[in-house]
Amino acid sequence: MGNGTELGRVRGLGSAREGAHHWWHQRVTAGSNLFLMLWLLISIARQPAYDFGALHAWLASAWVAIPMILLIVSVFYHFRLGLQVLIEDYVHGELRVGLMALLTFFTISTAGIAIFSILKIALAGVPA
Amino acid sequence: MPLAIKAPQRRLHPGTCGLIRRHYRPRGPYALASPRNAARPLSPHLSIWKPGIHMTVSIVHRITGDGMATVGTILLVWWLAALAGGAESYARFAGLFTTASGSLNILGYILGVGLTLSLFQHMASGIRHLVMDTGAGYELKTNRRGAWLTVISSVVLTVLYWAYLVWGK
Repeated sequence: MGNGTELGRVRGLGSAREGAHHWWHQRVTAGSNLFLMLWLLISIARQPAYDFGALHAWLASAWVAIPMILLIVSVFYHFRLGLQVLIEDYVHGELRVGLMALLTFFTISTAGIAIFSILKIALAGVPA
Repeated sequence: MPLAIKAPQRRLHPGTCGLIRRHYRPRGPYALASPRNAARPLSPHLSIWKPGIHMTVSIVHRITGDGMATVGTILLVWWLAALAGGAESYARFAGLFTTASGSLNILGYILGVGLTLSLFQHMASGIRHLVMDTGAGYELKTNRRGAWLTVISSVVLTVLYWAYLVWGK
């Protein structure tokens, strides 16, 4: 790697050091998603029953609620990065800026609802 | 006679440029023409290549990912919120995707099988991406085999998963 042009060096400009940020985070969350989604698939398949009481009691356990919250964080961050690429590839101009903001709102609000729901079940204990 | 050859000066309507660029086949001394030549050869795009499984798996990775990111997200969040809302709210949610006997209805099966197939395909294709990120698997035969492997494994895993859910319990 060189040091850029002389003018660039004088101005102190150069790489923002964030070039690989998106790419790397997508890979890191891909790795965590692999484990968390396999856990969810196996857990769901292994359920003895799928009625409200059984699923509610299942999600109330810390051993389920914690990986479930981690899954929401990892998967939602990953899909936020993926949908960003979709918008960047196919939408141009001002609409892109609007959609990017909308995507962030969508991700954070759905993650908020999901995490609140898990915590509500996990912290409220078994329903009477 | 000097050998220097001038690229033809053409004035083109902006709209026709793309069409000409796309169908331009570099020929003769103009093959590496200066950027002034509107019909200069550009990097070949989709229409140039013979379609292959690697292309299909690539676009399917995007379709499955973005499908799960939208449809899957809404269903997952809805499921969790309905579960947190109590027995009645959960019954309303589950009622949309199940029959009176409690098994999945048509919509439930379409969404369930569609999402699990998407997940397995995206997962297999994602693992292939991680392998290719290390610089491995770019030889034509290996690459092709890897692409087919993601398709075969995702279909097999989906069949096994649903066979276990429906008959294995």
